[in-house]
Amino acid sequence: MKVPVSWLQDFVDLTLPIPELAEKLTFAGLEVEDIEYIGVPPASNEQDANAKGLVWARDKIFVAQLIEALPHPNADRLKIVRVAYGASAPAEMVTGAPNINVGDSGQKVVLALEGSRLYDGHKEGRVFMTLKKSKIRGVESAAMVCSEKELGLSEEHEGIIILPDDAPVGTPLADYWGDVVLTVKINPNFARAQSVLGVAREVAALTGQRVRLPQTWDTQERGAPETAFVNIEIADARLCPRFAALLIRGVKIKPSPQWLQQRLLRAGMRPINNVVDITNYVMLGYGKPLHAFDYDALIARANGGVPKILVRPARAGEQMQTLDGQLRSFHAHDILVTDARGPVGIGGIMGGSETEVSDATQNVLLESAIFDFISIRRTTAEQKLPSEAATRFGRGIPASQNIAPARVAAALMRDLADGTIEPTLADNYPLPQTTPTIDVTRRDVKRILGIELTLAEMEQLLRALDFAVTAPHADTLRVTPPDYRADVEGTADVLEELVRLYGFEKIPSVLMADALPPLEGNAALEQEQTARAILIEMGLQEIVTYAFTQPAHEARLAPNERAEKIFPLPQRAYVSIENPISAERSALRQTLLPNLLDIAASNLRHTKRVALFEIGSVFLTRHAGETQVGDLPEDASLPLEPRRLALLLTGPRALPTWQTTDVAPFDFYDLKGILEELGAGLHLDELNFAARAHPMLHPGRAAEMRIGAESVGVFGELHPLTREKWALPAQAVLVGEFDLEKILAHTDARFIIQPISRYPAVVQDIALWVDESIEGARVEQLIRQTGGALLRDARLFDVYRGAPLPVGKKSLAYTLTFQALDHVLSDADAGKARDKIVNRLTREIGAELRRSGAG
Amino acid sequence: MSENATALQARALARLETIWDNEQLEAWRVEYIGRKGAVNALFEQISALPHTERGAFGKTANELKLALEAAFNAKIGAIKQIELSKALEAEPLDVTLPGRRPSRGHIHPTIQTLQEIYKIFGEMGFQVYRTRQVETDIMNFQLLNIPPFHPARDNWSTFYVAGSDEKVLLRTHTSPGQIRAMRAAYPNPVRAILPGLCYRYEQVSARYEIQFNQVEGIVVGHNITFGNLKGTLTEFARRMFGERPVRFYGDHFPFTEPSAQMDVRCIICEGRGTDALCKYTGWLEILGSGMVHPQVLRNGGYDPNEWSGFAFGMGPERIAMLKHGITDIRNFWNNDLRFLEQF
Ligand SMILES: [Zn+2]
Repeated sequence: MKVPVSWLQDFVDLTLPIPELAEKLTFAGLEVEDIEYIGVPPASNEQDANAKGLVWARDKIFVAQLIEALPHPNADRLKIVRVAYGASAPAEMVTGAPNINVGDSGQKVVLALEGSRLYDGHKEGRVFMTLKKSKIRGVESAAMVCSEKELGLSEEHEGIIILPDDAPVGTPLADYWGDVVLTVKINPNFARAQSVLGVAREVAALTGQRVRLPQTWDTQERGAPETAFVNIEIADARLCPRFAALLIRGVKIKPSPQWLQQRLLRAGMRPINNVVDITNYVMLGYGKPLHAFDYDALIARANGGVPKILVRPARAGEQMQTLDGQLRSFHAHDILVTDARGPVGIGGIMGGSETEVSDATQNVLLESAIFDFISIRRTTAEQKLPSEAATRFGRGIPASQNIAPARVAAALMRDLADGTIEPTLADNYPLPQTTPTIDVTRRDVKRILGIELTLAEMEQLLRALDFAVTAPHADTLRVTPPDYRADVEGTADVLEELVRLYGFEKIPSVLMADALPPLEGNAALEQEQTARAILIEMGLQEIVTYAFTQPAHEARLAPNERAEKIFPLPQRAYVSIENPISAERSALRQTLLPNLLDIAASNLRHTKRVALFEIGSVFLTRHAGETQVGDLPEDASLPLEPRRLALLLTGPRALPTWQTTDVAPFDFYDLKGILEELGAGLHLDELNFAARAHPMLHPGRAAEMRIGAESVGVFGELHPLTREKWALPAQAVLVGEFDLEKILAHTDARFIIQPISRYPAVVQDIALWVDESIEGARVEQLIRQTGGALLRDARLFDVYRGAPLPVGKKSLAYTLTFQALDHVLSDADAGKARDKIVNRLTREIGAELRRSGAG
Repeated sequence: MSENATALQARALARLETIWDNEQLEAWRVEYIGRKGAVNALFEQISALPHTERGAFGKTANELKLALEAAFNAKIGAIKQIELSKALEAEPLDVTLPGRRPSRGHIHPTIQTLQEIYKIFGEMGFQVYRTRQVETDIMNFQLLNIPPFHPARDNWSTFYVAGSDEKVLLRTHTSPGQIRAMRAAYPNPVRAILPGLCYRYEQVSARYEIQFNQVEGIVVGHNITFGNLKGTLTEFARRMFGERPVRFYGDHFPFTEPSAQMDVRCIICEGRGTDALCKYTGWLEILGSGMVHPQVLRNGGYDPNEWSGFAFGMGPERIAMLKHGITDIRNFWNNDLRFLEQF
């Protein structure tokens, strides 16, 4: 909200420099987001950072008066004008302003003398220029009468500014017209401050001043629902606690005076005509939106009788054309202002076009009403009709504040539109405002704020905010908030007021002395951190991506639509967004991999090597009976949010350097090695792997990771067709996605380590020929089982196919390390153990020992 | 004969002077002190001498042998020294060439910041409690004093989940975790931080994202005051941003009262207000906080007449932006390796 300081000063004296005042307001919760200086210099400490706009030099730019306008000897369009500005000699200059005619005199104008710094009126935007003496078509001109654009007031450059008749000639313009405009952020709890008066009250409380109210200000005034000029009926007092009207006869619709237009503009509203401007002025100044009806239109609708206003909920299907020309339909929760013929306005939001004020309006029925703020907000949102009025109504206006601002508006219509005020107030007030009485004790202050305040101190702070205060007991204050506040309901609200005014900075910072709650740690989070650390150590980059997706995007993982929907392919109905920001972000993800592929693709535009992982939640529509950790009973229908781990590798193992580096492309075994190492780091004793076909994976290069017999995820080389859908280069892309919760459930923080033998080891190499169909894991498993306690390690060091092996056979070579914990193992004993292994391999899988020897 | 030995010694030592490699040294050894060398030849002459001369001759020959052996050993050492020097000087490395760098992964900057936050609060006795992201309207708003159509809802543009009977939404803040943490902890006191993703319907820009992380904190106890709020959060700011002034001032959240914003002095301009990071104010907004509203305590299961508490919320992305001079929040979700690898 924009608050011109010149307007603020109508209500309160300012005792502090503007920046200090702004800081005080901000600290009290009314944040001043911006300070705009119009024509006056900003406070010096902000000069370098914040100086925007033009400073009107006090010795060069003045309020002046036209003495005469003479024709230019050499140009029809130009005029020579002489203006008085309090100096001994008038100033003379050439102007082309179309709103000054030859023969004019007496107008008040803005004069800028030679050397003035102004904006260039002929250039687009705001370009500084310094006024210099020049010859215009042969006539010397050293000064200028200014347009709004040249002074930085608006983009208007059609004519020069004509000031009000009472503008004091010779006064520096900065003193007459300069201003400072504060932009104040109004939090929802500051509904009372949504006006210049409201901010002034806050200023007064913070600086020890009192506000000045108009003489007519009376929040006790009441009227009757039935008057000679209008009858008011309210169907539901909860929706409309109060509806009042004043009649102003004989108004003349015309533009508002300059000062009023100026205030509206500086507060951010366009002037329209005097009657409309006055309602806006009162709304901005006093926080009360008003609505002006063309009274004669209402009479016409009442067939010449007294208009009967009925405020009621809309009927199903009811329609009205609003004054923006739109035909609108309403619901039962919309509040309509109606007469005998139907709706004439949406309560608090917008009037109907048929009864709106026009240039021909003579009599104005001025509505001032209070509406249920929840209904207002709902209708505003549904009808897409945000407005200054709806915003104010939507935060709640106390019913006691209904009449006094309307009286101010009526007086202005009398003064500025030549109207006559009908003295009677029409006023239906079925639901009087309730004023709470709240007890606050010194103990409350101590317990919540942590400070000791005396009752006198508390009372002083609250009185500054217009609270009524009594002290029924020694340590208790009984307080009543002022009638213009509806936000104070309980002790906590009063404590907030106390600390706001007392000053947050004065409360001492104290560390907690309370006993700690029982410490439990967060095992799941800590294990996740461990997994993350292991992956980072292995050179993978962590990414964090959007939870949003599009079902079609995730469906691309499968090479075709017939593919079996197995983990991690989406298997459930999507958690979809009712109001998505775009189609690409219309649902929540069920798999992490599409995001990894997206990120890989975008990075491959500038690098060759990509090694990524993400740990994050996916969102699965819950099946009946499914539970997850942390569920409350009422969560039974909310989606499951399991944690997943996904990995992606593609490109060279390392980028080429000046030295020899392993730049071979990542392959299946790189990913598998990372998983094995992750398993080792997490001490997943029962981690094992098995071939497992998967639609998104390359046939024959796909596997499943298991812990014991439980599958925890799949990995392998991405199917070439899937790779093409992401437009990735034709190289192996290794991917995997895992149920992180299943994995972490098997980690064991209390793992047992293997003892180290002090005795020498015997190392033996064996090479075996086996059928191609025999899996390496099976061979190793047999070796380890048979080797028993003496076999310390079995390491595969060669896999070979081709001559001299027959087709369908492969050679596997292992280094076997035998070692006893408690004695020196003889070569003979080691040989026996090796033979036992070889015999078992021969017997069970038909292995043929081709070579053996000391390692 | 003695002259012979003397001459031999002089000749041998003179020759040895000129030798600087192991091959020639070996030849010298063979020639003079080897089994068939000159010294042994001298000893063989003893038998031809008269007995009276033998003693003196043997002594001389022996001295000659010891002298040559000592000279030989010294030469071995000298040559080794020279060869070592030569070897050490050979093929010096250009130490300015790039080293072999192992591929190192990096934790995502948001997660790094989260971990830092966990650590600081962990040392103050806060536990990390993660709660769900898809929430009910009741949990996300109503139990936090934000009824339907309440003006406060303007601050939380919300994504709703389609097709749910009761309103289900993507949490707009981590604050519903306050209720969950309280309900899980009751009747014990609470001291927890609640991290996680939140979602808001925003136009994505350098400052706003539709998805972001938040860390909520909640403390509930028998003697918790606004002074404790200030003490705890000031300590957090000191640990996170170093020794620099903080300030608290009035703010509004429906679920805390009184509520306050905490700023730290700008890390760029040190309070002079000369840079865009602090929007020329000299202060950086870090977090919102306040005393838990009595109704929220009640909703969490605690009697506000016996218990009090404070809560706060902060954005780890914003903190990372402030600490590392990141000007565009979209960087956190673009996952450009050139960005991520700098952390
Ligand atoms: Zn700064």
